[in-house]
Amino acid sequence: MFHLILFSVFGFICVAGAVNLLLQRHPINSALSLVVVMGSLAVEFLLLGAEFVAAIQVIVYAGAVMVLFVFVIMLLNAGVEEQTSGSRVAWLLGIPAVVAGMVIVCWALLTHSNAGSAAIGALPGHPADIAQLLFHQFLLPFEVTSILVLIAIMGAVVLAARPEAVERTKREG
Amino acid sequence: MVPLSFYLVLSGILFACGVVGFLIKRNIITIFMSIELMLNGVNLSFVAFAARWQQLSGQVFVFFVMVVAAAEAAVGLAIIIALFRTRETLNIDQVNLLKL
Amino acid sequence: MTPNLHLWLIPILPLIGAAINGLFGKRFSRQAVAAVALGFCGAAFAMALWIAAQFSSLALPHIEVLTSWLNSGPFSVDYSFSLDQLSLVMLLIVTGVGFLIHIYSVGYMWEEGGYYRFFSYLNLFMFFMLTLVLASNYLLMFVGWEGVGLASYLLIGFFFQRDSAAAAGKKAFIVNRIGDFGFLIALFLMIKHFGTLDFQKVFDAVKPYSPETAGVGFLTAIALLLLLGACGKSAQIPLYVWLPDAMEGPTPVSALIHAATMVTAGVYMIARSHVIFERAPSALMVVAIIGTLTAFFAATIGVAQTDIKKVLAYSTISQLGYMFLACGVAAFSAGIFHLMTHAFFKGLLFLAAGSVIHGIGGEQDMRKMGGLWRKIPWTWATMLIATFAIAGIPPFAGFFSKDEILWRAYQVSWIYWLVGLVTAFLTSFYMFRLMYMTFAGEYRGAAGASHGHEEHAGHGTHLGRDEAAPASHGHGHGGIHESPAIMLVPLVILAVLSLVGGWVGVPGSLGGGNHFDKFLGPVFRSSTPALNTEHVQPGEAAPPEQTTEGTEPKTGHSTEIMFTGISVAAGLLGLFLAWLLYGRRTDLPDRIAASIHGLYSAVAHKYWIDELYAWLFVRPLIAISGIVFWRGIDQGVIDAALNGSADGARELSDEVRHMQSGNLRSYAGWIAVGAAAMIAYMVWMGLRTQ
Repeated sequence: MFHLILFSVFGFICVAGAVNLLLQRHPINSALSLVVVMGSLAVEFLLLGAEFVAAIQVIVYAGAVMVLFVFVIMLLNAGVEEQTSGSRVAWLLGIPAVVAGMVIVCWALLTHSNAGSAAIGALPGHPADIAQLLFHQFLLPFEVTSILVLIAIMGAVVLAARPEAVERTKREG
Repeated sequence: MVPLSFYLVLSGILFACGVVGFLIKRNIITIFMSIELMLNGVNLSFVAFAARWQQLSGQVFVFFVMVVAAAEAAVGLAIIIALFRTRETLNIDQVNLLKL
Repeated sequence: MTPNLHLWLIPILPLIGAAINGLFGKRFSRQAVAAVALGFCGAAFAMALWIAAQFSSLALPHIEVLTSWLNSGPFSVDYSFSLDQLSLVMLLIVTGVGFLIHIYSVGYMWEEGGYYRFFSYLNLFMFFMLTLVLASNYLLMFVGWEGVGLASYLLIGFFFQRDSAAAAGKKAFIVNRIGDFGFLIALFLMIKHFGTLDFQKVFDAVKPYSPETAGVGFLTAIALLLLLGACGKSAQIPLYVWLPDAMEGPTPVSALIHAATMVTAGVYMIARSHVIFERAPSALMVVAIIGTLTAFFAATIGVAQTDIKKVLAYSTISQLGYMFLACGVAAFSAGIFHLMTHAFFKGLLFLAAGSVIHGIGGEQDMRKMGGLWRKIPWTWATMLIATFAIAGIPPFAGFFSKDEILWRAYQVSWIYWLVGLVTAFLTSFYMFRLMYMTFAGEYRGAAGASHGHEEHAGHGTHLGRDEAAPASHGHGHGGIHESPAIMLVPLVILAVLSLVGGWVGVPGSLGGGNHFDKFLGPVFRSSTPALNTEHVQPGEAAPPEQTTEGTEPKTGHSTEIMFTGISVAAGLLGLFLAWLLYGRRTDLPDRIAASIHGLYSAVAHKYWIDELYAWLFVRPLIAISGIVFWRGIDQGVIDAALNGSADGARELSDEVRHMQSGNLRSYAGWIAVGAAAMIAYMVWMGLRTQ
């Protein structure tokens, strides 16, 4: 019962945040809505017992990635969205398709699923256990992902640098 | 005791919101955020299934998803900055040079 | 034992000459070109003589199979050549007269451009003509038939930069094609009924049939279609219209192709197919009627012509009519006899006319000639001999051949004889008219014909020398002059032949042995008793297997001698009338022409037949071509289909390219649609297996 109430409340906040992201016209408002979504998602994770994941969600996702987003929005001084003509396909075909897809999935899940129920804190995700998995079973993906992050850093630096700065570094070798 | 399907439906709704945001928003950064929203929805369904099948790898997967999403956000925003420098606009409808 | 005479070499030798001259002649000097052409043509003539020398030792018909050509089920055709008396005669005529004309052309064409081209075409013509004559099946003969038409087209349009010459070449080829169509259908009928085109096999298959006297059977159909082909090639009614226009070509071409050899191909073909014709009496009658009509018709037109070559052209048509008449009364050897003498005197007439034209600097209008006999005596003398020959004055060649035709024609119907006689009178008249206008009296030409060096617009590009243009430029070697020896020697040789050539066919009634008839006898031996009763000479018995040729009556010559006398009288009458009108009282022709103005105008305009054909056939055809075939089918269907498919592809891609809009959101939309479809499918699959 308690589980259900908590789930519903924070689920509602998630959805509300998501919908607000769609409805806001200034990107900074959308960014803040997204932070709200991530926060309530962290609670949902906790309800399922994934403590480590919830922690990283807040620290990394909401705390670093979203901050990066906000930085860029402010850097580029993105203003209110202009109303330009979009794509007819996106409106006429895309949205109905997505809605239809979701309706089908939801209906299938709710009526025909025999997935059972999850108790509160169903699978405790202690950091120690996760670390076990991470460094034993998933060692290779772990290492590869770290290299990926390295490449991403270098790429971001190069792509975002000012052209004159790139020229200067090339010249100074 | 919450039925698992509820978690999955919530995940689906979040995902659908992300797709719709991608389709109707004009600001590139907002579109990026919709992508992040989609990824979050998927994370939720991973964790839900991990709880269902009692396998911790689901949560490890979420870990990796987050890492990659972070890297992707970094590079993507760098591209947006570079784009902004040349095109002076964040409107995706004006980034249409690859057309016939 | 049949010795291998290498018959195939005879046509091939001129072909080699044509190839050499055609491919490399542009770089040769004129002497080299002439040497090549004369060499190969002369070689063919020498071979023909050599074969003639061995002729008596051969088993006839002598057939040499070179190789197999077509093989389709039961039907097969070989490259095979045959030799018998008929083809030997044709062979000697073609190679002999052809060689003489080659020699003449060396001198005549010396100053013309395209020298190598001329001799290449001339040798090519010899190749095709010899193939036609030596072929032992209809298909190979047809190859030669078509080929001589091609060579004729090339040579008529030799001065191709002149529109009239190019048009004349086209006209000749197209009219010939109409005849060739008939020939082809006849070949198809032969294949259908006999399954073969080989002469011997076809004739053996035809022999058992009795003559088709009731209605039109398939033999009559074949015969009539062959006749159509012959009419096209030999310029008979209704397909004669190309021959007068063919005078646009150089004069040696007119002599060789349109007098001596090509136009006689039709007569040769009918003579060769005599087995078929003898069994189709109605077709034979059509042949005779067409021959007679054409002879008379052309002679009437010839009376009013003023261009020297046109007179000779209509004369050729008329004489060919005589040959057809001969074949039509089943006197095939008489027709071939006349073919031979005609080759001599008509070839000579054309060559001499060319000499005249050459001598007075290009003028062809007889009204501007006159008084030339002193200036070009050799030409005058030889031409006079040829004129006596064609007029049928004894003892010249034409007399014997024409007389035999008239006598044999009389035995079938007096109408043929009468029309032939009148035509003989007309022939004599217009030929002596030509002689008087050209050689006698005072010179009526432009004075400019005797000026000295005039500038030539490029000595090697003398186009238009053979057209009836005013003689405005001389040769630069001053005045009217006799032709060089190289042109005169063939004239003399042909003159001698025109005199003695008939002596091989002196009929029994005049004391001769008619060797020509006897020689060709075995070829035309036929076994149709029904046909022979008409040809029985008075006082002669009719043996059960009768021959139409090769036998001479022993008694009853008096009627024949009387008719001979009548035809000689007709010839002399023509001579007298020509002397009267053109030698004595030269004012009379114009007064006569004025008094029968309508008739004279019709004759002078060739009865407007060309205009009739143009209105009846040519203009509707061009209209249909333009409207139906060009605009309707070519542009409307074919081009439209092609362009339509290209346009359709373009429109389709035009629609499809809108997908590549560069707009990210539409791409996302499409992806969403695809993803939704996939999800729905997976859900459905998952639910199905539940």
